[in-house]
Amino acid sequence: MPIDVDVAHVANLARLALSPDLLDRYREELGVILDHASRVQEVDTSAAVPLAHPLGQTNVFRADEVRPSLDRDEVLEMAPETRDGFFVTSPALD
Amino acid sequence: MPSGPLSIGAAGAALRSGEATAVELLAAVMSRAEMTESELHCYLNLDREGAMAAARQADRELDRGEDRGPLHGIPVAVKDNMCTRGLETTCSSKILAGYRPPYDATAVARLREAGAVIVGKTNLDEFAMGSSTENSAYGPTRNPWDTGRVPGGSSGGSAAAVAAGSAIAALGSDTGGSIRQPASLCGVVGMKPTYGLVSRYGLVAFASSLDQIGPLTRTVGDAALLLSAVAGHDPADATSYAGRAPDFAGSLDRGVDGLRLGVVKELGGDGYQPDVSEATEEMLNKLAAQGAEVMEVSLPLFDVALSAYYLIAPAECSANLARFDGMRYGLSIKGSTASATMAGTRAEGFGPEVTRRILLGTYALSAGYFDAFYGQAQRVRSLLQAEFDEAYRKVDVLVSPTSPTTAFRLGERTQDPLAMYMSDICTIPSNLSGHPAISVPIGLDSKHLPIGFQVMAPALGEQVMMAVAAEVERLAGFDALPPPALAPPPGVPL
Repeated sequence: MPIDVDVAHVANLARLALSPDLLDRYREELGVILDHASRVQEVDTSAAVPLAHPLGQTNVFRADEVRPSLDRDEVLEMAPETRDGFFVTSPALD
Repeated sequence: MPSGPLSIGAAGAALRSGEATAVELLAAVMSRAEMTESELHCYLNLDREGAMAAARQADRELDRGEDRGPLHGIPVAVKDNMCTRGLETTCSSKILAGYRPPYDATAVARLREAGAVIVGKTNLDEFAMGSSTENSAYGPTRNPWDTGRVPGGSSGGSAAAVAAGSAIAALGSDTGGSIRQPASLCGVVGMKPTYGLVSRYGLVAFASSLDQIGPLTRTVGDAALLLSAVAGHDPADATSYAGRAPDFAGSLDRGVDGLRLGVVKELGGDGYQPDVSEATEEMLNKLAAQGAEVMEVSLPLFDVALSAYYLIAPAECSANLARFDGMRYGLSIKGSTASATMAGTRAEGFGPEVTRRILLGTYALSAGYFDAFYGQAQRVRSLLQAEFDEAYRKVDVLVSPTSPTTAFRLGERTQDPLAMYMSDICTIPSNLSGHPAISVPIGLDSKHLPIGFQVMAPALGEQVMMAVAAEVERLAGFDALPPPALAPPPGVPL
């Protein structure tokens, strides 16, 4: 059974401005893929802990020392718009 | 200069005996590219100037007796999801068109340090999401064995370049089979190392707990050489393995006598192309004749590995690709608010498969669904790893076909995402467990298309895995070349 997904909500969470046609198409495709993926729910995992790192590594720290970083001008060169060494964006609030 | 396709080993010997120079090796590879690119499209970007400068430098150094080792002067291709300083890096996406990274990926920096000549950046499925290299915003790569067919993916450009001789070796990345499956479909060797052995710094992230860089080469020995050059701890990647890397080339002549080989029961039977099953069976008989103990092993969770993968990989992808916001680099479609800029840029810049996976992952991570989908998939992953561990108490390596079928036709699976995802059914489990695995070509099917054989090993078990792979290579004696139109013509170097 295909799973019914509220694709418009998900697209908004993912910051994707999709047309109604595309939303319809993805609703259908996601439903079928998630139906297949939901087979994981048939496995009894009550005794299992989630695995995030394959070799079981946890936090890694380095010494808190000042080191050279990328050159600011070179990094900003790839930005669509900059001013005084900063990125320029549209307002975050309406 | 020797003729015929060269291995790293043979090219290196020619360089040191004075039979060839690095500039000549590069010229031979570039002339192959000139001949084949219009048909194959392995490369998004050939770095003619940069490569020539590197080749000249390699010649000068070798003349002076400054030998940087086996990769010195060797033309190597790099998948276009690894950052190359000042050289366009697009991940085959419109959203990164024109992007010139301000730094080298660690694997790329190590290639340069080893004296390798970087030929160019190879085509891939957008952000490495796909199994056919058809999801490239810049057009597909075609399989040198049959240009009506796909090279596999996502490292299809790297695999096809090595198969066609427009690179001696290449780097790819493997998240669910993206090195091994195209290697299998193109008749070359492809290896995914243990997770963490090669730094992911500068590899544009798809699914961080699964992604791993590895070699695509003509021989198993070459894979060991290329991997030795790029592997090793890197403080810039917090998930990088801090211990000593295995001696990849240490046991290539060991043979398989006394080794226990487990044939994965779940990876075969119905749904597998009969030629593939027969070639696999034949290789198992040959290995047994060399003293290997071959036994069937069942890993029942392999049946749900694909399902777990298609929750975990999209979930991590949706988080990683959040960085493409249209504000700091890449495509930018300015909207009235920051949010509108993001949504407009991303809708325009990402292709259909990437969009599909971002949506899938966002859903699997969203409130109300997280535990039933992503959390459950991660728990299945941990059970799968335990199942692998149990199997490796009984056998030294596991074996299977690399892919259920040989190369399929362009367009054959593009309309059915699930059918495309099934291409990776044999390769995905080793990504979920973080274990190493390698594909070695063992023959051709009835349509003259290459068949790959996969060897899997426990974490950091590369040495025994490479020993088995080298023996598979020796027993297969695979020396076929793509059809005459694309094979190196007689008399032309390489």
